[in-house]
Amino acid sequence: MSDWSRVRLHVVTGKGGTGKSTVAASLALALASHGKNVLLCEVEGRQGIARMFDVDPLPYAERRIATGLRTDGDGPPGVVNALHIDAESALLEYLAMYYRLGRAGRALDRFGVVEFATTIAPGVRDVLLTGKVYEAVQRNSRNRGAIEYDAVVLDAPPTGRITQFLHVSDELAGLAKVGPIKHQADTMMTLFRSPRTAVHFVTVLEEMPVQETADGIAHLHEAGLPVGGVVVNQVRPRDLRVKDLAAARKSQLDRAAIGADLAGAGVEVTDELVDGLLDEAHDHAVRRALEDAQRKVISGLGVPAYELPQLPQGVDLGGLYELAAALREGGMA
Amino acid sequence: MTAQRSPGRIHPRVGPLVASSATAPALDVDALLDNRRTGIIVCCGSGGVGKTTTSAALALRAAERGRKVVVLTIDPARRLAQSMGIEALDNTPRPVDGLRWAPGYPDALGGATADEAPRMDAMMLDMKRTFDEVVEAQATPEKAKQILENPFYVALSSSFAGTQEYMAMEKLGQLHRDARSSGSYDLIVVDTPPSRSALDFLDAPERLSSFLDGRFVRMLLAPARGPARIMTAGLGLVTGALSKILGGQFITDLQTFVAALDTVFGGFRARAQETYALLQAPGTAFLVVAAPEADALREAAYFVERLSEDRMPLAGLVVNRASPSGQGSLSADEAMAASQRLRRDNTSPTAALTAGLLRLHADRVRMVEREAVLRERFAAAHPGVATVVVPALASDVHDLAGLRVIGELLAGSAG
Repeated sequence: MSDWSRVRLHVVTGKGGTGKSTVAASLALALASHGKNVLLCEVEGRQGIARMFDVDPLPYAERRIATGLRTDGDGPPGVVNALHIDAESALLEYLAMYYRLGRAGRALDRFGVVEFATTIAPGVRDVLLTGKVYEAVQRNSRNRGAIEYDAVVLDAPPTGRITQFLHVSDELAGLAKVGPIKHQADTMMTLFRSPRTAVHFVTVLEEMPVQETADGIAHLHEAGLPVGGVVVNQVRPRDLRVKDLAAARKSQLDRAAIGADLAGAGVEVTDELVDGLLDEAHDHAVRRALEDAQRKVISGLGVPAYELPQLPQGVDLGGLYELAAALREGGMA
Repeated sequence: MTAQRSPGRIHPRVGPLVASSATAPALDVDALLDNRRTGIIVCCGSGGVGKTTTSAALALRAAERGRKVVVLTIDPARRLAQSMGIEALDNTPRPVDGLRWAPGYPDALGGATADEAPRMDAMMLDMKRTFDEVVEAQATPEKAKQILENPFYVALSSSFAGTQEYMAMEKLGQLHRDARSSGSYDLIVVDTPPSRSALDFLDAPERLSSFLDGRFVRMLLAPARGPARIMTAGLGLVTGALSKILGGQFITDLQTFVAALDTVFGGFRARAQETYALLQAPGTAFLVVAAPEADALREAAYFVERLSEDRMPLAGLVVNRASPSGQGSLSADEAMAASQRLRRDNTSPTAALTAGLLRLHADRVRMVEREAVLRERFAAAHPGVATVVVPALASDVHDLAGLRVIGELLAGSAG
């Protein structure tokens, strides 16, 4: 049973370099495991989804990109669709959908208003991006024939910007005080503030990203936005015992015994090899101590945490499924 | 040391029998720092690659080798900021305590400095304040007040895509002008904001100009300038549509804002162009910072190309947080196989420990190999970009001692 089975909109944020997009993609695969249809959206114009899934750059249209994670006993997996949202297309679609602005829409484009509104007028851009996400979650009769999704996963802007990004009515407050777009923003806020939305944070076990996660959670609470889980990414293997780690940190591991084990396992033992292993053990133990300290900080945040292993060979499509399985096992999906 | 390639160079045909493992030339960081003609170092790269730490480490190393340095950081980690004494975001350079001469200094300067101790200032960028100051400097007090209070300005100055980048460059320009007139600094190290795209700061001046030059903005200004007849059917349609969607007040606020900003616009653009020219000047050196990950190196590659297109002087590439290469020749596969044998047979009390160590070794070898391939590919596609690889430290950096270690690793002189 998933911890977030009531959630329709999963917003995935995190500090740069922590693997936010990887986690968003894995979460989409995991959510699509038991016959569910999932939409994975990106809003930062990076075409990261296309690269991760090794497909052509995505247009402003929902495209099938992968089959969900296969699991035993859950029946056939569902489908992951992807959508690359850009503000210009979202504005034109919005105008067409709500105002039938054929001629005026084109005039807006011609006069540079679309460009103005999307790249310059702050806040408006975010409202357009989140507006499209909202539309995908809350499909209505205006978008005929559109796919109804069981869940939408948003690869969102980084932690430093996430509250501002989702707090659309606030962003617009100073600019558009009345009018349909203000109304629209208020409707969107109702979804974003409801238990059907969860904002998940991706971090690694280092001081700064963990601190940013804590700050981000506090900001969301202040803004009344629902905090989801913390995904701890790139976790080092934890198969050394506490006692051995302590010895490794003090460079007191039993060199002779390790040498004997290596020889017993058929490895050609040289001083250089053993020195290397002991050095690596020392670095690892120092890192692990820092990681454990950060893990404590995370467990004090009061939200569920899910750990994903470091993949030494990098994340390819197979790696995404591996991480998806770990998320599913951990109860996130 | 620019990345410009000579267009006429003929590449020999390389057949499949020719082993071509591309290696990049080494980046000599000390030569860059010690060169008195280096006046500005800009560290750029995508988010989360360690730009701030790299900038701070470079600045500290330069200062302890006799340069008069100021480092402009954007968003340092709290403890790093504390260690440099810049917890407050006050837009003013503050002296950093605890510097000491690098070994052999100040003697190595041959009496070129009269200073008793090395000196370095650090400051953290306050984006909104910098923007306010520019407006105040460019406009009459009433006009400035009108602009600063407009809701569009408030939004623009705090969240306009590119404002932070633009203001970082503006601050750099200011520091450079002050330093030149007062002789306070001879080296400015700049950390660039963690942009969505690492290139935003190059585009920011251009984007601001094109915003103010845009047809829509010109059109909004038109009624204020010319006969009302200029209000064409097109404009009526546009403002009509906008009012319908955004509300009438929106257009009024926007018009006031644009009209007010127009008066200071000339000054804005002149400064943006000045800063852009400063970045192209020979005293400037760009360092592209990346992590040994496919995404970060892709951004770095894009950056290298863009800098060369814009004729910005590229000094080199810093590959941060590389996995330290292990010793010994045991391959990842051999190590994993031996680890599994030990776990299976479990013949000694330390078998599990040794198996764990072998697995760590295998992981590390795999990471080192993957990173080496990524770097080779980068070097093959961008030959001639001088590179330094900085291995990841086992612990986090948040004091001057840690920055010194990074500085040594950057200079390739850590023992």
